Amino acid sequence: MNIVTPVLNWSAIGPELILSLTAMGLLLINVLAKKGAKGAIPYLSLAGIVVALVLCISLWGKSEYAFNRMVVVDNYSLFFKIIFLITAALTVLMSIRFLQEEEFEYGEYYSLVLFAAVGMMFMASAADLIIIFLGLETFSLAIYVLAGFFRTQPKSNESSLKYFLLGAFSTGFLLYGIALIYGATGTTNLKGIYEFVRKIHLLTDPLLLIGMGLLIVGFGFKVAAVPFHMWTPDVYEGAPTSVTAFLAVGPKAAGFAAFLRVFLYALSSLQTDWVWILWVLAVLTMTLGNVVAIAQKNIKRMLAYSSIAHAGYILVAMVAASEWGTASVLYYILAYAFMNLGAFGVVILFGRKGEENINVSDYSGMASKYPLLAAAMAIFMFSLAGIPPTAGFVGKFYIFSAAVKAGYIGLAIIGVLNSALSVYFYLRVTVMMYMRNPEKEFAKLDLSPAMVIALIIAVLGTLQMGITPSRYLDLARQSILALM
Amino acid sequence: MSQTEFPLLTLITFFPLLGAVILLFVDKEKKETLRWITLVVTFLEFIFSLPLFFQFRLDTPAMQFVEKAPWIPEYGISYFMGIDGISLFLVLLTTFLTLVSVISCWQDIQDKVRGFMICTLFLETGMIGVFVALDLFLFYVFWEVMLIPMYLLIGVWGNPKRRIYAAVKFFIYTMVGSVLMLVAILVLYFQNGAATGKYTFDLLELYKLQVPMNAQFWLFLAFGLAFAIKVPMFPFHTWLPDAHTEAPTVGSVLLAAVLLKMGTYGFLRFSIPLFPNASHQLIPLVSILAIIGIIYGALVCMVQKDLKRLIAFSSVSHLGFVMLGLFALNLQGIEGGILQMLNHGFSTGALFLLVGMIYERRHTRMIEDFGGLWKQMPIFAAFFMIVTLSSIGLPGLNGFVGEFLILVGTFKASATYAVVAATGVILAAAYMLWMYQRVMFGELTKPENKVLKDLSAREILVLCCVTVFIFWIGIYPHTFLSRMEPTVKNYLIQVQNKYQAGLQIQEREIRLAQAESVEIIKK
Repeated sequence: MNIVTPVLNWSAIGPELILSLTAMGLLLINVLAKKGAKGAIPYLSLAGIVVALVLCISLWGKSEYAFNRMVVVDNYSLFFKIIFLITAALTVLMSIRFLQEEEFEYGEYYSLVLFAAVGMMFMASAADLIIIFLGLETFSLAIYVLAGFFRTQPKSNESSLKYFLLGAFSTGFLLYGIALIYGATGTTNLKGIYEFVRKIHLLTDPLLLIGMGLLIVGFGFKVAAVPFHMWTPDVYEGAPTSVTAFLAVGPKAAGFAAFLRVFLYALSSLQTDWVWILWVLAVLTMTLGNVVAIAQKNIKRMLAYSSIAHAGYILVAMVAASEWGTASVLYYILAYAFMNLGAFGVVILFGRKGEENINVSDYSGMASKYPLLAAAMAIFMFSLAGIPPTAGFVGKFYIFSAAVKAGYIGLAIIGVLNSALSVYFYLRVTVMMYMRNPEKEFAKLDLSPAMVIALIIAVLGTLQMGITPSRYLDLARQSILALM
Repeated sequence: MSQTEFPLLTLITFFPLLGAVILLFVDKEKKETLRWITLVVTFLEFIFSLPLFFQFRLDTPAMQFVEKAPWIPEYGISYFMGIDGISLFLVLLTTFLTLVSVISCWQDIQDKVRGFMICTLFLETGMIGVFVALDLFLFYVFWEVMLIPMYLLIGVWGNPKRRIYAAVKFFIYTMVGSVLMLVAILVLYFQNGAATGKYTFDLLELYKLQVPMNAQFWLFLAFGLAFAIKVPMFPFHTWLPDAHTEAPTVGSVLLAAVLLKMGTYGFLRFSIPLFPNASHQLIPLVSILAIIGIIYGALVCMVQKDLKRLIAFSSVSHLGFVMLGLFALNLQGIEGGILQMLNHGFSTGALFLLVGMIYERRHTRMIEDFGGLWKQMPIFAAFFMIVTLSSIGLPGLNGFVGEFLILVGTFKASATYAVVAATGVILAAAYMLWMYQRVMFGELTKPENKVLKDLSAREILVLCCVTVFIFWIGIYPHTFLSRMEPTVKNYLIQVQNKYQAGLQIQEREIRLAQAESVEIIKK
């Protein structure tokens, strides 16, 4: 009997393989190693991430399919993979001391982070709707567990359960949408769908329409677009802060990676049908995110609503479509990763067992006690608000240029006004830090070198992308060429 | 354009920032060291800016001391700097007044001195950057960057009661205007790209673009909103009284003397030459708002009880004159406007310095708390008198030259506006002299006032520096006007040409539309 083994292109999914193997290895080490050696687990996970990062960079410039045209390796997916790896690395760095302090130092945490990263990476290199679903489920499951990691805290349990229930429900929508599109087009492969849809001159097929709508719902949930955003504040608030940091960046980026590939490539011929939906979603998301953030007293909730608003800005870029729109999404997500992870890093550093410091007013007078930390937080806040010379400003500039270029001037105006609106709550943090007197005694900060390194990377990333954006804009533009 | 070998403008723009970075490494407890370093930095900065004045060529209206380097070439963004007769004096005003402010705050600021000095230096970089940037993106970056240090200056070192309110109001108000300007910049950029195939933010290239009339209208309004908030024009002036009153002395001086000029400079440099047809069409709107600003500002001044608030509203009134002069669109009007920008910088800057000095002594700014101070502080009274008269526009002092030129220019454009505006001069005299009388003259009734010390040597130095210019501009304005003239003359010709070209395009379009409608009727 001849068993025909398919030719597997392992190098195409090299980074994912490395991460998976590292994660599984860490699980084993966690079980077998002595207590003392367990301290090495986070650093081993970092080593795995670095190797995967190196692999990604070495793959740059390639453009090929693998695994029966289900997985694609191109600059677009590599750009996103690098973002996921940076996110995972910064999350790991920020978690080390945090988990020790909270006495939840379990090695499984790091494996879960790596598995989540693997899932996200698959979502970015998916050339088939099934792989998108696969990646989505992989990282979602990992994050469901991570959100509930502090299992003795009721808020953490609530966060995990809410995310799980709503996530499973929305994945159902996504899957149903995929099924309907399969029914309409006969294939789940993105290229196949693209070829099929291109030939349609008038969209009358209800299967395709409803499938498209359901896909928007599914993706909308993952990126926390309004009105699919209800889970975000509670989940962000309840989960352990390091998980929140990961959650705020990773799934959003992964969701957008797939969202863009499906809508700006596979369904691009149907643009006139879905662009107005995204227009409405963008306006609702930006506005609701910014307006409700103003009312928040808890900093994690405030950052949750702010991340909803940022998803809105990225939706604006999707409405703009075209080269500029897509490249601006990529640039913005990279900038967003740095500034958001940095902001959450400061929140992690500043909060501690017994004295969580999770209200914005707890930051009063921070500048007089911890000037460097306050300066870093101020830089992240200014970047999130979109004030030069930070990455956030260049990102927003780029997005609104794309919108104006595509003719959506009204949307650009709404976008910039939202930006101005958001200044209020971002500035409020700096007001607390610099302009108010400390309300209570600050305990000494527990500065771990890992956290310091993470914050420095975030600050440097934010400032460098803002002052010399050329290189990153170029990378973003190279990455979308593969998609077009 | 005269390219320069040595990047003087880059040096002038970023040297204060370098100074700020140096200060980061100085121990924050060593207040004297910090103050001296800042003084040296601002003094050197002023010295560095002097070659701009002495080497300024009077024979050419083009941009001078130009520096151009690509920054983000894929999007046509370049690092493009240069000055001409319009911006030359604004840059010099900035460097000079920052130096004077640093000397004036020697005793005033005792808390968090390092942060204060760093903010001031950072602010100086932003201010100069706005005046020398010739690339729209670069201009926008400096415009926004300058908000942060000003916001911190007001919010951290201002009056404890309302400083946060004032700082946040200032920031958000200005930002809303700026973001709309951003959209307008982007629209202009893409229109230029569509029309010429060349995507660039270079201002001198964008000047050549003929923007269609209806687009011009909206773009002018978008830019105009951002600048009108800055000037501030009625009815977008409500942030000003709070910001000025609650800011520390240095903050008020720089805010009044320099930041407000950015609004008028913006109109002059961007709104009018980029959108001349819309400017012409909206002259009535701008002029009427300017006149309302003049009269309303003056009337509100009369009822103020707080000295600083009174001076803040007087700024609204004075800058109404500047706007009126600029939109007269003739040589006298514009030169008068630019000169009055300088004058306002000196006069109002000096007024805030004086109020700061009296506040340091008495910790109150309420007019009723004073009275009869001239007996106790004669030197202070003398300086205060000079500055008051300068603000009113007494011939022989700087205010007169500026206001006279503006009124002449406005009269040439429209007699009605000039007549109404002239009543503003009378009102200015009224509120300023009445204020002076209540504060300085009369009986020395309050016991706290009887032990006030007169000005120290440092304070006299600060005020002398400014008073010198008050007299110089008043008696021999030729030094300043001569350097403005070639640029302004050329500017007016350019604007007029572009306006005529725009009119021709409009006429052609109307004729085409008429021909079409005739065709349709025939059928």
